[in-house]
Amino acid sequence: MSEKPGTVEVALFVTCLVDINRPSVGFAAVKLLEETGCRVVVPDTQTCCGQPAYNSGDRKSTKQIAADVIKAFKGFRYVVVPSGSCAGMITKHYPELFKDDPDLLLDAQDLAARTYELVSFLKDVRGFKPEGVKLDRKITYHDSCANLREMKVVDQPRALMNHIDGLELVEAEDREACCGFGGTFCIKYSEISEEMVDRKIDNILATKADMLAAGDLGCLMNIAGRLYRKGHDIKVLHIAEILADMSDGPGLGEERR
Amino acid sequence: MEEIGAGDTKMNSREKILGRIRSQKGRGPLDPHKAAELKAKIEGHKRNIIPKRAQIPAAAQVDLFQQKMEALLATVERVEKASDIPARVQDYLTRQNFAARIKISPSPQLMDLGWETIPTLEVVTGAGAEEDEVGISPAFAGIAETGTLMMASGPETPSTVNFLPENHIAILDVAQMMGSYEEAWDSLRDHIGETGMPRTVNLISGPSRTADIEQRLIMGAHGPKTLHVILVGDGT
Amino acid sequence: MQVTSRNFKENSSKALKDDDLRVALNRVKTGFTTARATAASELPEFEELRNKSRDIKNDVLENLDYYLEYFEEKVLAQGGHVHWCSNATEAKAAILKICRDADAKTVTKGKSMITEEIALNKFLAAEGIEPIETDLGEYIIQLADEPPSHIIGPAVHKTKEQVTELFYEHHQKYGYTERQEDPEKLVGEARAVLRHKYVTADVGITGANFLVAETGSTVIVTNEGNGDLTQSLPKTHIVVASLEKIIPTLEDVSTVMRVLARSATGQEMSVYTTFSTGPKRSADIDGPENFHVVLLDGGRTEMLGTELEELLRCIRCGACMNHCPVYHAVGGHSYGWVYPGPIGAALNPQMVGLEEARHLPNASTFCGRCEEVCPVHIPLPKILRHWREKAFEQQIGPKPERWGIELWGFFAKRPTLYRLVTGIAARVLTKIAGRRGRIKSLPLMGGWTSVRDLPAPQGATFMAQWKKSGRGTQK
Repeated sequence: MSEKPGTVEVALFVTCLVDINRPSVGFAAVKLLEETGCRVVVPDTQTCCGQPAYNSGDRKSTKQIAADVIKAFKGFRYVVVPSGSCAGMITKHYPELFKDDPDLLLDAQDLAARTYELVSFLKDVRGFKPEGVKLDRKITYHDSCANLREMKVVDQPRALMNHIDGLELVEAEDREACCGFGGTFCIKYSEISEEMVDRKIDNILATKADMLAAGDLGCLMNIAGRLYRKGHDIKVLHIAEILADMSDGPGLGEERR
Repeated sequence: MEEIGAGDTKMNSREKILGRIRSQKGRGPLDPHKAAELKAKIEGHKRNIIPKRAQIPAAAQVDLFQQKMEALLATVERVEKASDIPARVQDYLTRQNFAARIKISPSPQLMDLGWETIPTLEVVTGAGAEEDEVGISPAFAGIAETGTLMMASGPETPSTVNFLPENHIAILDVAQMMGSYEEAWDSLRDHIGETGMPRTVNLISGPSRTADIEQRLIMGAHGPKTLHVILVGDGT
Repeated sequence: MQVTSRNFKENSSKALKDDDLRVALNRVKTGFTTARATAASELPEFEELRNKSRDIKNDVLENLDYYLEYFEEKVLAQGGHVHWCSNATEAKAAILKICRDADAKTVTKGKSMITEEIALNKFLAAEGIEPIETDLGEYIIQLADEPPSHIIGPAVHKTKEQVTELFYEHHQKYGYTERQEDPEKLVGEARAVLRHKYVTADVGITGANFLVAETGSTVIVTNEGNGDLTQSLPKTHIVVASLEKIIPTLEDVSTVMRVLARSATGQEMSVYTTFSTGPKRSADIDGPENFHVVLLDGGRTEMLGTELEELLRCIRCGACMNHCPVYHAVGGHSYGWVYPGPIGAALNPQMVGLEEARHLPNASTFCGRCEEVCPVHIPLPKILRHWREKAFEQQIGPKPERWGIELWGFFAKRPTLYRLVTGIAARVLTKIAGRRGRIKSLPLMGGWTSVRDLPAPQGATFMAQWKKSGRGTQK
């Protein structure tokens, strides 16, 4: 890395799920970004990317929320998001939302061009690789649909995990299949979601892995919640926590010590 | 005029549909310039993307055709000259344990092969019929790309011979082996001239099959249960 | 068919408890997806061909009136007839008239989604004309009196045992009095029964995968050969096709053919691709004496020039449903109308009304796999979203869902208030979970907790902790 530590400014888009449900992912992201020499700023006017409204058909609210996000992150060289889904919303859907609004369209395109999903930013932009991280686990990685199809973040997490001492990655069958989260889908169509997450869990269990990671907290909450409901004991973490050597604490839904 | 009524409704729907297309597109009928451009495009027979696998030398095309056909569970044999066909057909019928009766297309190309040299074989000429166990018809062309036969219907080549008999034998002169569908279309256009397409053009890739019961592959759903292709000559 | 899209939730609930269906859908999931992936990988030009196919269809939709008139002229020149029909009623009337003119008692049918769309079989039967489906899958569901559950495998939901019983019940009158267990024997029995029907039918009705403007040809694609027997043996051949099936030239058809079967079943080519042009020629010794093309609009022209136009590129390969996790879960019948899966979820609100079909575009995780495999790049998730927006605008759907979203939006637009509320929520949830780290049930969150535990928050929110640490919040 050519820049001096702290000279590259990165704004962190925390995402609503990380903010409320798992702040440790946010702190892992900060730690990782700082390790690659970034100075991390967390704009305090951010809330959510607007997906709940967008996916519910409330285009008007979505545009208002998106306009707020655009404003909150104006001027930062990089905006980094520890979620494929929210990064996809900003990079792929914001420009589409404002396609008929010339003023905001330019701003939306500008933000889209500066926004990165965390793991791909670490690997592709910052040339990061974990050093001195040790984790004696058999892990399987779930590709969220947004990372897989929208953001094309598939190889990067695997490449980075490869540098972790003792970590064995085992791939599950049917990696392309959705876990059944889908935001409000999993609540509105819970029975269908149940079938989808059960198929996902079957494939995860078949790997005999004792740890599961992914780059999207929504999928992880869904899968971890179902694993516990069915009495399975697999530690579930966000990929950022693993890369940042923060795997010691309780996983999603795990008992506090 | 007498012919109002049903004809009138029909005309109305036609105009209404065309009118809706135009209004949805925010225009009237295409301007003559655009129409002429589309007409030229249709009549230009311009090819799109031809897979590389089709663009190979003639001998390789024959090999590819055979390989693809066999993968589709058809059988293929090669003969040096057309006059070898009757004896080979007889052998094939014996091997398959089929009755010594064949239905052949009323085409001189097949009728004049010298079937009389096999006196035990009953040869019937005509369209396909329910009771036929084996039908033999000439293919217009072969398409190597996917192991596909092109059959063109006509007075000498009734299409039912390709479908109604329980088993189908197709005769293909390797000089008519093409790499791609597009080459075969051009060849067909040369053949038919200005008369337009034959009533039926069949592209056939293997014998009939179905997977409609539990996705298990079962051969011989409605069309022929077996397809045997006899490739004739070496293309010279 | 009777529309039951309104009952999507109830339909799918029932489907999820059907063990036979689970097995059948699993076969769809593994069989079709693997086959498509292999076929695509074996043709280096596949992606290029998909793009070209999309462009060809876009050109058709842009100039549809021109190509239709060109097609009509060619059909007429070859001695065929073209019937333009705005809706199902007109199409059925046109078909009935042709059948009456042919003095038809029985009609054999090749597989056709359009005739499902206009519910032709029930109509013909009511008019005293017996329709006989000849595609094995269609034949099976006709005997079972069910609609298709998949556009290329109408009977994918049926088990072998169910087919055994159906044939046993319906084939006794033909002298088949034994129960056949072996699939090969079952196919043989259907073959024997239908063979005679082809020969004796008065009219053969097929659909069309393509209508070729250049030549006035209609094209069907089958593996069984049933379509060919259907159209070549009766005296009259009727092709029922929707008007977006037009393709300009044989070269263009060749391009689209290369993606169709590969996307559908993973075959390079289906076994039979048949081009029919006009009736039999005067010197021909077989073939139909009359050739009719019934061109159905059925609401399609209204889609031109709108967000829905891209749906008209569809070539009905079924790849979207073969790869859809929701289809894999609930099967085709749950969708409650002719077209299931993502294409159905996108198309049916237009065809049967958004009020009736409102669940379909909502029952998707937007996983995007359908768009990824669509041979003509239809942006299915985008169209599903379009319907959600329409439903939101028109206030279709449960009020509480709408209130929930509006309430959440209210907070999301007010960062300070949002901080306060999320801070409280995080603390409360953390407290409820206690040392367990997860919550088993929660008021108003039954949709979540009926299926899974809720992994609990870790205490204070990230934003609260960050603020407390006094670290950077501004440029």
